[in-house]
Amino acid sequence: MPSPTKDMLLDWYRQMALIREFEEICHQLYLQKRITGVYLHLYSGHEASGVGSMAALRKSDHVITAYRDHGIALILGMDANAVMAEMMGKKTGSSGGKGGSMHLASAEHNFWGGYAIVGGHLPLAAGIALEARYRGKDDVTMTYIGDGATNNGYFHESLNMSAIWDLPVIWIIENNGYGMGTEVARASGQTELHRKAEAYGIRSFGRVDGQDALAVYQVASEAVAYAREHGPAVIEHVTYRYRGHGVSDKQYDSRDDMSAELREWMDEREPIKILRDHILAAHGDVGDALAAHDEAARRIVAQAVEFAEASELPRGRDALLGNTYIGSPQVYKTPASVGAGSD
Amino acid sequence: MAVRNVAMREAIRRALREEMLRDESVFVMGEEVAYWQGTHRVTRGFLEEFGERRVRDTPISEMAIGGVAVGAAMAGLRPVAEFMTINFAFLALDAIVNHAAKVRYFFDGMFKVPLVYRAASGWGNQATASHSHAPEPIFAHFPGIYVGCPSNALDAYGMLKTAIRDDNPVLFSESIALYPKPGPLPDESVEEMLVPIGKGDIKREGGDVTLVAYARGVDWSLQAARALARDGIEAEVVDLRWLRPLDMALVYDSFKKTNRCVIVEESLPMYSFGSEIAALLQENMFDYMDAPIKRVAAEDVPLPYSKEIELLALPNAQKVVDAVKEIV
Ligand SMILES: Cc1ncc(C[n+]2csc(CCOP(=O)(O)OP(=O)(O)O)c2C)c(N)n1
Ligand SMILES: [Mg+2]
Repeated sequence: MPSPTKDMLLDWYRQMALIREFEEICHQLYLQKRITGVYLHLYSGHEASGVGSMAALRKSDHVITAYRDHGIALILGMDANAVMAEMMGKKTGSSGGKGGSMHLASAEHNFWGGYAIVGGHLPLAAGIALEARYRGKDDVTMTYIGDGATNNGYFHESLNMSAIWDLPVIWIIENNGYGMGTEVARASGQTELHRKAEAYGIRSFGRVDGQDALAVYQVASEAVAYAREHGPAVIEHVTYRYRGHGVSDKQYDSRDDMSAELREWMDEREPIKILRDHILAAHGDVGDALAAHDEAARRIVAQAVEFAEASELPRGRDALLGNTYIGSPQVYKTPASVGAGSD
Repeated sequence: MAVRNVAMREAIRRALREEMLRDESVFVMGEEVAYWQGTHRVTRGFLEEFGERRVRDTPISEMAIGGVAVGAAMAGLRPVAEFMTINFAFLALDAIVNHAAKVRYFFDGMFKVPLVYRAASGWGNQATASHSHAPEPIFAHFPGIYVGCPSNALDAYGMLKTAIRDDNPVLFSESIALYPKPGPLPDESVEEMLVPIGKGDIKREGGDVTLVAYARGVDWSLQAARALARDGIEAEVVDLRWLRPLDMALVYDSFKKTNRCVIVEESLPMYSFGSEIAALLQENMFDYMDAPIKRVAAEDVPLPYSKEIELLALPNAQKVVDAVKEIV
C-alpha cells in the first residue's frame, strides 16, 4: 500500500479547501446573478473522490469527466482565474466563454474536458486510452462517471470495448446516491455499480469510501498500476453532493428527508474534516499549515472573482463564429445573418 | 364557457391528464416524470393521481426510452414517452427513425405504433451547445412519424390530445421558452378543441407578406407583424403547427394573396424548415412570386455559453422585420 507523505497530505488539503471555497462562492455568485445560465453543478462534498484518485496519476496521464467538472479542473492545477472567468462567460475564460461551467478543459493539463450529455464522454475516454495503447505508451485515462450514467448505453458499450481492447482506463464511478432526483436503487438493477463492469470482464477494485481521501488514494494507486500494465479497471466511490444536482435544482432543498440525509453526511462524513483528522493523527501538530491553506483558498477565489468580473465579454461575429471549423468560418449566411454583407 | 389564461405547460399537463383519465392504456414514462414531478413540471401530481404503474420513472437510458415505447405501442398500449429535453432524443434517434417510424411500413401494415414522444425543445439561457437544439426538422425528415410543434396553450392542448389518440407515432416538441407563456384556454373540454393532425392556422391576417412559422417562430413573427404594421406593412402569419404533415395548402392560399414570403424558424438554416418551404413555394407558386423568398433562422453555428454572443446567434423579431423590408 502506498502511503502518502506529510507534504502530499497537506497538498491534498490545499486542493480540497480550494475546491470547497470555489464551489461555495460559485453558489453565492449564482444566487446574486453574477453567474448566470441554467447549469452549474458543484463538486462540494465530492472533494476527496477527485483529490485522492488523481493523486495516483502522473503528469502524462489523462483525465476526463462529466459536467460536474470544476473540482477536477482545479485539482489538475488549472488557473482559478480562467475557470471563474469561464463561469461568467468571459473572453479570458478557459474556453473563451463558449463552454461555461459544464465545459472546462485544459489541453496543457491533459484534461480532456467536462461533457454535458450523460455518458457522452465515456467512449471519448476509451478513445484517448486507445491512443496510448496504439502508440505503446503506458499512460492511463482516469474517467469520472456518475451513478446515473451507468444506466446509459454509452456506459455499456464503452466499458465493453475497453475490455476487449485492454484499454488503460480507470473507470471511476462517483456514486453520490442520485442522478438528479432518482435514487440509485430506483434506476439500477445492480446497486453495487462497480459490478456492472465485472460483467464485461473488467477488473474491479470494489467500493471505496469516497469521503476518505486516503482510502481513495490507496485503491486508485493499485488500479492505476494495474491499468498501466494490463487494461481497464473500475472503482466505485461512495460520495455525496452537498448542493443538490445543480443550482437550478430547487426541489432538493424542499425535500426534508434529503436535507436530513445531507446533514448526516456533512456531520459524519465530511471529506475535509476526515482528511484534517488523518493529518493531525499521523503528523501531530502541523502548526498553521491548514489555516494557511484555508486563507490562501479564500484569497485565490476572491482574486479569481475580481479577475473574472473585470474581464471582457466575447463580442461580435468573429467571437460567435470562430472555431466552428479550422480555418475560415465555413458557415452558412442568410441576408439576416450576423454582420451579413459586411465582408 | 369560462376561458382562462393558462401557461402552455399547464395546458399540456391538462391534456395529458385528461387523456390518461379517458383511456387506461395511456401511460407516461421518462426521466424524472414521477417522483421529481417532471423536469418541466408537466407531470406535476401525476404520480399521486395515477400511481407508479402509469407514471414510470426511467433511468437515464434514452435508447431504451425510445425503443420501449415502440414495443409497448406495438403490443397495444399508448405510451407517452418523455425526453427530458429534445437534445437527449438524439441518443434515441435510431429507435425513433428506424423503429417507431418504420415498423408499420416494413411489416406492410401488420402493426401500429400509437405512441407520442414528448420533448422539451429550444435554446437560450446559456444552456450551451450540446443542450441548445431546436432540431424538429431532423425528425420531420423521416416518413412514418408525425411532428407537432405548438406555439401556444390552446394549440398545445388540442394537438397533444390528437397526437395521443392518433394511431401513428408522433414526436411532440414543446418549446421550453413557451412553457410559461399564458394563453386562453376554456375551462371545459370539448371535442372542437382537438387540432387535427397536419392542420395549420392563420394567426394574423394581412395582405402584404406571408410569414410562415411554427412554435417560437410564431411569436417572433407576430411581434414583427405589429412593428411592420406601424410602417403600413400588413403581414399574414401562418402557424403551420405540424412539420409533418405539412399544411402547404394554407401557405399557398396566403402566398397567392401576398406574393411575398419570409420563413421564420428557431432552428438552424441549412437543410431546414425554411429550405423546405422555400423549395415548395418556388416549385408550386412560381407564377405568384414577386420577390425572393427570405429566411430567418438561427445562425449557422453551435450555440455558445456567453450570453451576448448567444443572443447574437438567435433569431428574433427584428431580424424578421429586416428580412421583410428587403422584399416589400
Ligand atoms: C443523455 C442525457 N440524458 C439526460 C440528461 C439530463 N441530466 C443531466 S445530469 C443528469 C443526472 C446524472 O446523474 P449522475 O450520472 O448520477 O451524475 P451526478 O449529477 O450525480 O454527478 C441528468 C438526467 C443529460 N444531460 N444527458
Ligand atoms: Mg449521481
